[in-house]
Amino acid sequence: MNLIDLQLDNRPHRVPTGTTLDALVAQLGHEPRDVGTAVNGRFVPRGGRAACTLQAGDAVLLFQPIVGG
Amino acid sequence: MNDPWCVGDATLASRFLLGTAGYPSPQVLRDAIVASRTQVVTVGLKRTLAAAGDNGFVAIVREALKQRGARLLPNTAGCRSAREAIELACMARELYDTPWIKLEVVGDEHTLQPDAFELVAAAARLVRDGFVVFPYCTDDLVTCRRLLDAGCPLLMPWGAPIGSGQGLLNPFALRTLRERLPDTTLIIDAGIGAPSHAAQALEMGFDAVLLNSAVAQAGDPVAMAQAFALAIEAGRCAFRSGVMARQDFAVASTPVGGEPVLLG
Repeated sequence: MNLIDLQLDNRPHRVPTGTTLDALVAQLGHEPRDVGTAVNGRFVPRGGRAACTLQAGDAVLLFQPIVGG
Repeated sequence: MNDPWCVGDATLASRFLLGTAGYPSPQVLRDAIVASRTQVVTVGLKRTLAAAGDNGFVAIVREALKQRGARLLPNTAGCRSAREAIELACMARELYDTPWIKLEVVGDEHTLQPDAFELVAAAARLVRDGFVVFPYCTDDLVTCRRLLDAGCPLLMPWGAPIGSGQGLLNPFALRTLRERLPDTTLIIDAGIGAPSHAAQALEMGFDAVLLNSAVAQAGDPVAMAQAFALAIEAGRCAFRSGVMARQDFAVASTPVGGEPVLLG
């Protein structure tokens, strides 16, 4: 299996080549509705994750709700 | 007092917007929300791998809001550029299912002062994309006008730097804002430390206040939430009643006609 290296929330992360963003969210154990996603600083809406195939060097950020002022 | 006001498509009775960060426990936060009688609470976003878990706070907020029919106001805290804020706002809209966004773009790490230029740029784009933008801004009149030109339906000028509890540091600038923008909804956001500060803002004619630390960091946050609710209601009532003009000299209030009461 070929692997590629990503940055996931600024930490190194390795996934199989061809992994999509929705697959990554599922692999990490998140409910799709519970997280927001961005790749290389750009928001990727929930409906666009399946079409977003991750590339080597991509910076993926996952966000979740939290308290705030 | 029946004195509703409007924000976007919402008609609100409470003029107290409450932040949800920094409470000692989810239960205290829930009770503070109830005691405050707020109808709008702020929330945020964090990276999933960031340190410190949520510990059930957001679930408590959602539950408390559902019971009260209140609304969420997500923020873009932590953003330093328009581009960052725009992306985070899009994420917040998806996660919280609301077009309301408290737009924060900080330009100075020491004071957490908003960056006027990035703020206006982000506001213009977000309004075009269908957001209802609540911009956290300074009390600078010209910046405020630019934010209104960008399509913001209201403004949220600071009273003092975030979390400082210093109250209304520049009453002159705030009074000027109120006078020059008489038809604009103005919410004092940040810097409020005591209920008297909130009452002062409402007495000056501001439409509402948004605060967090003053309640969350109180010895008894629930009682403090109630104290703020009462102060805000009192301040609004005072504004509507017409506060007397200040004078530099004494004016006797008892009509004795200037004659001694016992002698003569």
